[in-house]
Amino acid sequence: MNNKITQNLYLLPYALWIVLFVIAPLLLVLYYSFFDIEGHFSLMNYMNFFTPVYMKMAFSSFWYAFLITFISLIFAYPTAYLLTKTRHKQLWLLLIIVPSWINLLLKAYAFLGIFGTKGIANSFLEAIGVGSKQILFTDFSFIFVSVYIFIPFMILPIFNSLNEMNPSLLDAANDLGASKWTTFRRVIFPLTINGVKSGCQVVFIPALSLFMLTRLIAGNRVITLGTAIEQHFLVTRDWGMGSTIAVFLIIIMFLIMSVTGNRKRGV
Amino acid sequence: MSKLVRFFFAIILVSAVLFYTVHELNNSEGYSGRNTLTIYNWGDYIDPQLIKRFEKETGVKVIYETFDSNEAMLTKIEQGGTTYDIAIPSEYMIDKMRKERLLIPLDHSKLPNLHYIDKRFMDLPFDEDNKYSVPYFWGTVGIVYNSKMLGGKKITSWNDLWDSDLRNKILLIDGAREVMGMGLNSLGYSLNDTNHNHLHQAKRKLDLLTPNIKAIVGDESRLLLENEEASIGLVWSGVASEIMSENKNLEYAVPKEGSNLWFDNMVIPKTAKNIKAAHKFINFMLDPKIAAKNAEYVNYSTPNKHALSYMPKGTVNDERFYPSPELTRKLEVYENLGKKNLAYYNELFLEFKMHRK
Amino acid sequence: MDNKINPMSRIFLALIFLILYAPIFFLVFYSFNSGGTMYGFKSFTLDWYKELFQDSRLLIIVMNTLVIALLSSLFATIIGVFGALGIHSMKKRQTKNTLLSLNNVLIVSPDVIIGASFLILFTMAGIKLGMFSVLLSHIAFSIPIVVLMVLPKLSEMSPTLIDAARDLGASRWNVLAKVVLPYITPGIFAGFFMALTYSLDDFAVTFFVTGNGFTTLSVEIYSLARRGISLNVNALSTLLFLFTLVLVVVYYFISQRNKPNGWGVNK
Repeated sequence: MNNKITQNLYLLPYALWIVLFVIAPLLLVLYYSFFDIEGHFSLMNYMNFFTPVYMKMAFSSFWYAFLITFISLIFAYPTAYLLTKTRHKQLWLLLIIVPSWINLLLKAYAFLGIFGTKGIANSFLEAIGVGSKQILFTDFSFIFVSVYIFIPFMILPIFNSLNEMNPSLLDAANDLGASKWTTFRRVIFPLTINGVKSGCQVVFIPALSLFMLTRLIAGNRVITLGTAIEQHFLVTRDWGMGSTIAVFLIIIMFLIMSVTGNRKRGV
Repeated sequence: MSKLVRFFFAIILVSAVLFYTVHELNNSEGYSGRNTLTIYNWGDYIDPQLIKRFEKETGVKVIYETFDSNEAMLTKIEQGGTTYDIAIPSEYMIDKMRKERLLIPLDHSKLPNLHYIDKRFMDLPFDEDNKYSVPYFWGTVGIVYNSKMLGGKKITSWNDLWDSDLRNKILLIDGAREVMGMGLNSLGYSLNDTNHNHLHQAKRKLDLLTPNIKAIVGDESRLLLENEEASIGLVWSGVASEIMSENKNLEYAVPKEGSNLWFDNMVIPKTAKNIKAAHKFINFMLDPKIAAKNAEYVNYSTPNKHALSYMPKGTVNDERFYPSPELTRKLEVYENLGKKNLAYYNELFLEFKMHRK
Repeated sequence: MDNKINPMSRIFLALIFLILYAPIFFLVFYSFNSGGTMYGFKSFTLDWYKELFQDSRLLIIVMNTLVIALLSSLFATIIGVFGALGIHSMKKRQTKNTLLSLNNVLIVSPDVIIGASFLILFTMAGIKLGMFSVLLSHIAFSIPIVVLMVLPKLSEMSPTLIDAARDLGASRWNVLAKVVLPYITPGIFAGFFMALTYSLDDFAVTFFVTGNGFTTLSVEIYSLARRGISLNVNALSTLLFLFTLVLVVVYYFISQRNKPNGWGVNK
């Protein structure tokens, strides 16, 4: 009996955290979502959410989060793979993370300069003969910068699972005459699926509620649920409606987790 | 395992050294003493030299904290847990705060310098008799445009912006009151209008502006306009005067249909602990010489009538930034419309932003 | 080992690093601009650096930021690792998924909501706003990312490894210290560094829960935006960036010397 308690004692801080910093705020948000702007109990906010404006917004949040995750994955996987092949792989990996320690707003301002009409990106386009284009405030710049922000979060877990792979497995596959593509599809990818999954989760979930970049880089051409929440909390101070949208975001996240959750233990 | 332990130990060691240094620095700067004054202001909205001078003259140590929006500041003051002695909100927020009993009435007998403020900026509807607030800076909302990029074109009214020549040239501010106000003003309505019919008309008119809008941005608009990323922008006069001093092609116009007149005032929030020092500070900032120095640093328009004589003639006589009472008469100050109307403004603004997609 | 990589891949990696560092080089470049803005380089100057070192308020803010980032990441990593161990040991798939979803709530919630609800909780609990409340919040929002970085490593670990150790008579603690922890070390480091990223980048949560003179760099930079960010912030970022770079490289080579295998797992 005593043994069991000490066995689970190490879980105490984590359990405390769940109760104090997850469940308590969750209840708070749920509670606020039932109050309209004048502080009366109502279901108005939920009815409001199912109007075309918010549905359209939810859809566009999904679409952009999907694009960001997908493109991050396309670039992160080969990067992680190649990194595992370098001599000082841990050092290179750290160097992937270092840029993310510089303040986000400053980096966004730097991108305003780089993508500007007289910026480096346009000088490059002119040099190769494409000619100057408007890059700022387009879907392209928004997705580019978002991928830029999120890609270290994708590379890291993939790198860690690739790094653990037993090289003898690859040799075996080679010996059995598998082509490079088959080896990748049948051996490498399935073995790293856990890393890919956790990478997608840490990119997709926060990408759903992006807000600052939608204004800075996309000039509000992209409107996501995060933008709406920010406006409700900080401008209208309509915490009820803001909380309602947050409740939906959390429900969506629960759905995603149960879909991508592990069917079996391990691989 | 030992690697982890070593790593974590190193982290703790580094943190301890840093923490100790901060502690020592704070002590040597006097921040841990009793006689402190906490000022809650927008970032870089005061000449830091003046804070030093105030500290020297009074022996009060100033702690300077910053916020980036009126609403965020309100949330902090409402919740408490902090001791802000001075805050500098905008006018509609002052109205809201006094109604929510978040402000401490000022003791005018402790503010002998108050008479230096121009009478036209005193006793305004958002704070009658200046019971709670004292003007800090003021200005207008208008249009900055790059006459060179527009080929010498002049812009004098809101309706000029709907010109089909201006495709993809305009930067709007990401604020419901500013953008909806522009729509309302262009139709000849008040920017405090709450008639749903009028608001819908304004929103429909704004939808038509969509092809001309390059982006709806925040504070970064100053950077984009100054560097000719866009040729037209909806801005506050303070921003305009700053970027115009950097780029000579820029012009500022307050549209003839009318626009917004704004104030940032000093208040003492209910979280204040050192009310005596707070009054001292307000009175200090009201001194004409100090106000003039501050206005030259911040570049916004000072409401201090006597300060003007200490400032360059070119600045003070510039009608664009120091408009005469005749010009400001047709401008309107934002009224606190109440939560419900504000929410309606925001809903329409959100729909307008979605329309652009 | 480098010669395992063909030239095409080398170019790909170089390009990824170039893009990741482009905005930082941009910021560094303009920190030497006498023109005062991040557009149009006028002439070389070190004035911004001089100004920086006279600004003791800014230096205090920087050190506060670092203390918070390091300590919060450390605590978050410790709690998160135990949390991950707990989640991993859950037998029922459903409990596991529920716990994991709860874990992710803070990742999906927009910062303004987390900040506002933490603020309400802290004031309700009577905690004085300041360094302590900021530290607590940073620990709280960094825990989930640590869990997500550690979990894939745990599920990759074969259960037979633990069984084998058990059969050899190792105690629970010994299994943890000698088998499990070394195996998941890369995940722990990944979690720590990601937590550091979260902490250094956070603006909204810190804004709400700070007070009484305690400010971090992000809050300061964001509130500067209304009046335009001065180039001494660029100068500051440059110094911090160089300092981090040196630290990372030195740390890497020291750990290399101590253990020929790097600080990856010891196979």
